[in-house]
Amino acid sequence: MGQRNRGLRALLALGGTALLVAAACGTTGDGDDKEVTVVGSWGGSEQESFLAMVKPWEEKTGNTVKYTGSRGLGAYLTTAVASGTLPDLAGLPGPGEMIEFAKGGSLKPLDGVLDLDTYKADTVSALVDLGTVDGKVVAVFIKSSVKGFIWYNTAVYDGAAPANWDAVMATDPGSADSLWCVGLESGADSGWPGTDWVEDFVIRESGQEVYDAWVAGTTKWTDPAIKQAFESFGEVLDASFGGATTVNSTNFGAGGNPLFTDPPGCLFHHQASFISDFFKEQGGAADGEFDFFVMPEIDPAYAGALTGGGDLFGLFSDKAAAKDLLKYLVTAEAQQIWANRGGFVSANTKVTTYPDAVGQKSADAITKATVFRFDGGDLMPAAMKAAFFRAMVDFAEDQGSLDSILESLDEVQATAYAPA
Amino acid sequence: MEERLITAAIVLFGVPAVLVGYILLTERLIRALPERRQGRIRPWFWIAPALAFLVVFLIYPTINTLVLSFLDKASTNFVGLENYIWFFGDSGTLEALRNSVLWVIFMTAGVVGLGLLIAILVDRVRYEPLAKTAIFIPLAISFVAAAIIWKFMYEFRPPGVEQTGTVNAVVGLVGLGPLDWIRDRSFLIDNFALIFIGVWMWTGFAMVILSAGLKGISTELLEAARVDGANEWQVFRGIILPLLTPTIFVVGTTIVITALKSFDIVWVLTNGAFGTDVIARKMVFEMFTVQHFGHASAVAIVLLVAIIPFMALNIRRFREQEAIR
Repeated sequence: MGQRNRGLRALLALGGTALLVAAACGTTGDGDDKEVTVVGSWGGSEQESFLAMVKPWEEKTGNTVKYTGSRGLGAYLTTAVASGTLPDLAGLPGPGEMIEFAKGGSLKPLDGVLDLDTYKADTVSALVDLGTVDGKVVAVFIKSSVKGFIWYNTAVYDGAAPANWDAVMATDPGSADSLWCVGLESGADSGWPGTDWVEDFVIRESGQEVYDAWVAGTTKWTDPAIKQAFESFGEVLDASFGGATTVNSTNFGAGGNPLFTDPPGCLFHHQASFISDFFKEQGGAADGEFDFFVMPEIDPAYAGALTGGGDLFGLFSDKAAAKDLLKYLVTAEAQQIWANRGGFVSANTKVTTYPDAVGQKSADAITKATVFRFDGGDLMPAAMKAAFFRAMVDFAEDQGSLDSILESLDEVQATAYAPA
Repeated sequence: MEERLITAAIVLFGVPAVLVGYILLTERLIRALPERRQGRIRPWFWIAPALAFLVVFLIYPTINTLVLSFLDKASTNFVGLENYIWFFGDSGTLEALRNSVLWVIFMTAGVVGLGLLIAILVDRVRYEPLAKTAIFIPLAISFVAAAIIWKFMYEFRPPGVEQTGTVNAVVGLVGLGPLDWIRDRSFLIDNFALIFIGVWMWTGFAMVILSAGLKGISTELLEAARVDGANEWQVFRGIILPLLTPTIFVVGTTIVITALKSFDIVWVLTNGAFGTDVIARKMVFEMFTVQHFGHASAVAIVLLVAIIPFMALNIRRFREQEAIR
């Protein structure tokens, strides 16, 4: 989860849900054939970009898009599905909800809506797979993002991306104090940057089957594959600036700041794309003074495995205008509009030009991806996720207690996945 | 929108109207009774709405929590004492229990001790209101904001780097190495650093109440003692302290309960990691994160049982004082 403030998001989610429920009560959704109601998680500049994206379609067809943004999509959609007052198109909080809604029948299959041959040919296959339930495409990626960027200071590191993980770890820190900078502190969500690390190790060391089974709660935490991922992260911690105390007391936003000190505290920092804002606001770095490469492969058998996120969209109505809008949204033409506005990676391989390096390199990584998986912690039940966060903090504090940490995670796993 | 305005109007005007209607109606009913029984029955009718609220919002939830604590995670099957066995067998909850005991002892001692000291000291200076205001201000800050303030105060940077946290900058001046105050388990430093935030916040409360108690002690009594040759310490031990004891007791009980309920500071600063968990945070965690209603209810009941003796003591003292009067 690469966002800034989960607590704030949760609050926004609550408020957003209340507003949405009120809005949904106030309007009778499917009264107007020319109006398509869309609910998504985007607000602010993302919302503006989405509206810019649908504008040509509105002008061409004469239909209108009525967009509502909500941070609490999960709660909103669960209520909406139960009450039957659904929007025409909606963002889905994650693959778990997608499967649930598809099996329940509220999410419409897209066979008759999209030209599936073209869609599959133009779209990264790993992302097509993520939107498929029981062999049917039920959701599409409007927007995606890649995790596992390794950032560096261009004045300190020469910038050639190492070919594999061993080469990364073997890099000479040079003038820097240590190879890595790690910051795990994030208030009540402390530890989450560590979960991103472990996820990146699991998928690159042991592949998607182990990853899926682990996220789904069928592979135990004490499994050698998961233990290995923790140990790999342990090696990073051993080579990190300031040691355990610094790792746990450093806020994730300030985590990469020692990249830019003189002499530098570290050579590399592992974080999702949003961190560049923190470099500029807190680290005193300017555009061009930092760059990144995508975390390379570890086991060649799983080369091209990526973790990331994205906004899955699904169709909840049979309205012709809604179907037409969805069809339009996945085209390269529509996707390019948002790509040009920045902060966006397309699942459509026909979209090739991006205004910034983050977009360009993310798109390259996604195009080459053989496997794409959502952030594992976010897909786990809340209790499991919270225990995972805590485990990272405990592990960073005392790596020697790894076995007991993993055993206690197994205990949580045994109950967390049971239906409430 | 209109619907909500109507609802608001109904609540705003309807609720008082219904209450007035209730009083008028019961009054008519009571009038129908023989006169000598009216006086006995009337208070019960008047107190009935309040009792109803008490039952609905306090007694029923308490009983329901007790029932839930004997049921499983989803509150469907009876599991006997399993949740309590979990509570007293889990190393995490026992640690939380130990820390809550630390909070009760040290926060109460710190708040009452400092509050008393400051109340007595400021009683002797001209700028008393100013000093009292300064001490009282932290109480007006929300727990979360106070925790954030202290997050900056306790901030840790690796040795050799300039310390941005006030506390570490100060200890650095006297040549001591930076310490990660809220995460260092040795000597329970992290727990004491968190408890200190509670003390900082609540000392003002104790000071104000104790200061008021102090002003209630007649000056003739104090002067008489001084004329008889008692020194300041003897005045304090022999007169001020005994006369203030009931007030200290009330303040102490309030702080004990506050300490047992302390949640926000721990939640914001460590979220219970590094051996700093407390039972109130454990309860919120089990309830909202794990969503194990059985565990959460068991923790709530333990917390309630822990608070009851202090409440009972408080009420007993209150009754004794009433009897003296």
